[in-house]
Amino acid sequence: MLRFLIRRSLGAVVILLIISAVTFFLFYAVPRDPAMLACGKNCTPDSLAVIRKNMGIDEPIPVQYWHFMVGIVAGRTFAQGDCPAPCFGYSFANQDPVWETILDRFPTTVSLTLGGAAVFLFIGLGAGMIAAWKKGTIIDKAFSSFSLVLSSMQIYFIGPLVLALVVYNMELLDQPKYVPLTQDPGGWFMGLLIPWCVVQIIFTANYTRLSRSSLIEQLQEDHVRTARAKGMSSRYVFFRYAWRGSLIPIVTIFGVDLGSLFGGAMITEWTFSLPGLGTLAVKSVQNTDLPMVMGVMLFAATFIILFNIIVDAAYAFIDPRVRLS
Amino acid sequence: MTSPSQATKPGADTPGPEDGGLSSTRAAKNGNDLVGRSPGQLMWMRFKRDRVGVISACIVLAFFAMAALAPVISKLYGKDAYTRYGQQAPVGELLNDNSYPVKPNGGMSSEFWFGIEPGLGRDVFMQLVFGIRTSLSLAVAITILSVLTAIVIGVAGGYFGGRVDYFLGRLTDLMMSFPNQLFFVAFTPVIMALFVDPQDEMPTWMRACVLIYVMWLLGWMTLARLLRGQTLSLREREFIEAAKVAGTPPVRIIRKELLPNLVTPILVQSTYMLPNFVTAIAGLSFLGVGMPEPVPDWGRMFAKGAEVYQSDITYMFFPGGAMVIFILAFNLLGDSVRDAFDPKAGR
Repeated sequence: MLRFLIRRSLGAVVILLIISAVTFFLFYAVPRDPAMLACGKNCTPDSLAVIRKNMGIDEPIPVQYWHFMVGIVAGRTFAQGDCPAPCFGYSFANQDPVWETILDRFPTTVSLTLGGAAVFLFIGLGAGMIAAWKKGTIIDKAFSSFSLVLSSMQIYFIGPLVLALVVYNMELLDQPKYVPLTQDPGGWFMGLLIPWCVVQIIFTANYTRLSRSSLIEQLQEDHVRTARAKGMSSRYVFFRYAWRGSLIPIVTIFGVDLGSLFGGAMITEWTFSLPGLGTLAVKSVQNTDLPMVMGVMLFAATFIILFNIIVDAAYAFIDPRVRLS
Repeated sequence: MTSPSQATKPGADTPGPEDGGLSSTRAAKNGNDLVGRSPGQLMWMRFKRDRVGVISACIVLAFFAMAALAPVISKLYGKDAYTRYGQQAPVGELLNDNSYPVKPNGGMSSEFWFGIEPGLGRDVFMQLVFGIRTSLSLAVAITILSVLTAIVIGVAGGYFGGRVDYFLGRLTDLMMSFPNQLFFVAFTPVIMALFVDPQDEMPTWMRACVLIYVMWLLGWMTLARLLRGQTLSLREREFIEAAKVAGTPPVRIIRKELLPNLVTPILVQSTYMLPNFVTAIAGLSFLGVGMPEPVPDWGRMFAKGAEVYQSDITYMFFPGGAMVIFILAFNLLGDSVRDAFDPKAGR
């Protein structure tokens, strides 16, 4: 297990290095004048000079990349002042330090994605389980067709619709907003309830279908039949034998879905104007604020890869065959 | 070339193997009760029996026809997607002081079937038809490119194995670990800046190319992995070995022996890929990095809808409803195609 974790972590570091290099070189190396690109449409000679100086553009690109990477590990000094250890530079748009801005926005995205994941795992697995349990009945068919329709919905369509209906028309809830959990748990929950329910729609259907089919498959396995033949109650067999086995493909897909979960969070945050990493990324892209985009990109990639390792570890935990090999 | 079903095809000019020849003559004697059919024919027969599949195929085809015939529809309907009818008419006739449609339900009328766009006052029906045209052409281009890339990379990795496979496998892993939606959002402007100075206005076709390019770059991995696995198992089969022993060059083996056996996963996967690309492009437009204004775009209609939904929610329903129908039909079609090709792999 330890060896597995070490090997995966080393692989993750390599992948992150490659991602950072690709991102960096694309952002800073290929455009004819990065300062011009960073400067955007309303460029004045003054701001251009400032950006050139901050970027260290006179240096060759590999040296710039080296400085950037060293800055992340050891910090570096900018025109704006000292930038301590994980230094991603300063925003071109408003001169804010990138790292602090990311840390500031991060809790929103975590709350949104984890809460959303909890909702879609709960609904998806639950519905799939009931559908498999009642296989072939009207309940099964209703769940399956409902999840099919649901999977064709899009966040950018449902989001405004839910807002119009629940917030403005029926006035059941307030406009979604982010309140830190530590400050006011109730407000945190109520503020994020709509975003959670909206971000889950693109995932729930998939998990319903997947958990249904994998449960049905598991119920036909030999070990389940043996357990039945031994006289165990069907409920016990269902949960302890079949359900556990059916989780394996779901965990795999969950690991793959993390990237799109972040993507979904991005669109959800944008729809409800929540101050998360997704909104930050989109705003920075619109302002061509390269250090910020670069920072969010690396940060999100790190998190997705980290979670993938955790998911793989969970995989080994659930499936003894993986653990032994 | 050597698939068993072709050996039993009646009326083959070359005399087939002993049993194949026998069965075909027997079939001819007994009338129609034993007919040799190619896998493609069998698939088509099974597909025709699937009512849901046929209906969704019709819906999908209708969308494509609408996209292809958009200029004709525009001519018959008598309006286009660019003219700002609402602004041309005097204030109060089509749009009110706040630039919202005067008539209820987003200004729907016999003249403007789906209403008028708030603000600019363009015709919503034409916006939608031409927007679907834009989105579908992009998505089709991306799908074709991704499928071709996946075939090359997956088949090469699976067939040649060894170092090639290792290298291509790592490349696939690396591309898969990119957070793709973020990548799309972040890189589209950067790659656009590669071609055109950010100070200048970018030609529309170039923006389309950049969108296609960015999506293609991260669109091929799933299928490539699938094809690699399939190729890996096919490579060990007897007919490939026979071809190798006969001295067939690798390119010919891949083209004539491997690819026909990979048609199923390719077709099934592409029916899943295309709607995903459509929604991803729409998502990009929603976030403001898709096709630019005047060009009608399906996804940008959602951005507009999200702006105006408090006063004019009807506007949102047309692109949204069309998208739901399209994605639903396409997903059902994908399931039916899969079932038709491989009846064993039921749900």
